[in-house]
Amino acid sequence: MGSVALSDRQLRIKSIQYRLKILKYIKMANAGHTGGSLSCIDILNVLYNRILRVSPQTFGHPDRDRYIQSKGHSVEALYVVLADRGFFGESELETLCRYMSRLAGHPTRKVPGIEHNTGALGHGLAFAVGVALTGKKDGRAYRVFVLLGDGELDEGSNWEAMMAASHYGLDNLIAIVDRNMLQITGPTEQVCRLEPLADKLAAFGWSVRIADGHDIPALTDVLSAVPFEPGRPSAIIARTTKGKGVSFMEYDPSWHHGVPDNQQYEIAQQQLEQLLREAGGGQ
Amino acid sequence: MRYMLVNMQNCRMVYGQTLVELGREDDRIVVLEADLGRTTMTKLFEKEFPGRFFEVGIGEQNMISVAAGLALCGKIPFANSFSVFATGRPYDQIRVSCIGRLNIKIVGSSCGLSDFGDGATHQAIEDVAIMRAIPNMTILSPADGIETKKIVRAAARYDGPVYIRILRNDVPDVTAQTGEFKIGRPTVIREGTDVVIFAHGYMVYKSLKAAETLEAEGISVKIVNVSTLKPIDEKIIRSMASGTKGVVTVEEHTIIGGLASAIAFSLRGTGLMIEAVAVNDRFGQSSLNYEQLLEHYGLTVEAIVKAIKKVLR
Repeated sequence: MGSVALSDRQLRIKSIQYRLKILKYIKMANAGHTGGSLSCIDILNVLYNRILRVSPQTFGHPDRDRYIQSKGHSVEALYVVLADRGFFGESELETLCRYMSRLAGHPTRKVPGIEHNTGALGHGLAFAVGVALTGKKDGRAYRVFVLLGDGELDEGSNWEAMMAASHYGLDNLIAIVDRNMLQITGPTEQVCRLEPLADKLAAFGWSVRIADGHDIPALTDVLSAVPFEPGRPSAIIARTTKGKGVSFMEYDPSWHHGVPDNQQYEIAQQQLEQLLREAGGGQ
Repeated sequence: MRYMLVNMQNCRMVYGQTLVELGREDDRIVVLEADLGRTTMTKLFEKEFPGRFFEVGIGEQNMISVAAGLALCGKIPFANSFSVFATGRPYDQIRVSCIGRLNIKIVGSSCGLSDFGDGATHQAIEDVAIMRAIPNMTILSPADGIETKKIVRAAARYDGPVYIRILRNDVPDVTAQTGEFKIGRPTVIREGTDVVIFAHGYMVYKSLKAAETLEAEGISVKIVNVSTLKPIDEKIIRSMASGTKGVVTVEEHTIIGGLASAIAFSLRGTGLMIEAVAVNDRFGQSSLNYEQLLEHYGLTVEAIVKAIKKVLR
């Protein structure tokens, strides 16, 4: 990682700054998956600033840790973090979703720091199984972290991959479920019931832990404890809030894909800046 | 020119053996299987290289994405199932791999109607059409055992996504032992001046028989083996058809979106008469006999002869 270790407080501040940027660039692009980006940003923050052994300099190295964002629609969160980590310049974020920009509406390999094209849901975990299998076969020490949406788990291909991962004993594979309880149509439990999710994952041979997906120390602890059991893949159910940090976006599925109007944007900014001041990082 | 069509080979077996050879030469070669290794013949590879063989069970979507992961880590994965399941079930996974132009090889066994007993659910007659529609995809269809070996080797050398169609049954050798297979280059199997047939797979043999029949009637038929179904080199197709009086396409595939479509489009504006011998927008069915099924769907020597006479009329 190469940089100076950041304190919990500094990471909390970063999370809010990331949220402000997510909204800024979604507003600028007039397109984006706002709610999900706000729900997973703390997870990405901890991953990229504390856990992942990868940097712009080591991105081509075969031993680097891999991060695969299966819920590709929350790409704005990923772009903001990658830019902050120096994978590309911050100014490029202004080209989000633009014609000829590398920063498309879903992740592509054209972007430095992105391992694989994702966004068609239900692919990332199986892809990660392939990467983790290679690591095992080639005796490499890298870990593979996959971020899954909870709604995404409706796709049966995830469960094929879950079986394969435990069958091959891939303890170098870590799946993080962004459990924000909402998908486009509404609550996950109303659209197609997922619970008891932890039991399901355990029944598929995974070692499962549940964590607060917005709590920096809790995320750090759980992500540092992998593998939870040798010989088994690890699953983290990260309890999150869709739209986290902006009062009128929280718990509202209509913000899955949505751009705030000028007034909403101003209110969102004010709320996040207030949080920033409270965290001790305000201007 | 006379052909001695005596040597029969099983393309599945040749495929399995070629995989083993490749495995010995290059440790990047890995094989994925969706519970059909005993019939796709990947079991041969499994036996010699158990550590590079990944059984994923009956889950083709998972198989293709796992293959993508292996490919991005520098492996050369061959993912296997029957043609119909290898292309149909994981269509979206294949598509995403093609967006990234990943180095995965998808091998569809029991292609066309060649799984004659199992019926419509198991017979791949639209696989070429759906794979052709995906940008960056390369589609290869060997005509016999000789070409199967060459094609599998060429696919392993090529850096990018490939779909290979493998015949289930024993078929006669029709291609030359010598000469390198080159992706994208159709080959003339038989010279002729009146009509040109473009065919692939087992239909190349049927076309040869039709040409022999017509030779006795004084009609000279050229046969081109289009074993690369994508990319199609329009210029080569046009030059191979030029000077003839008509064109016939022959394929063990639906008439929609396969060879007939590709050739007809390549020859647009030439004014050449074109006829297609193909499955006429219908699903397959069971039969205890492969040839009986081919006859039912009009993929016969007689049908090819008829089509040739039609374009000459």
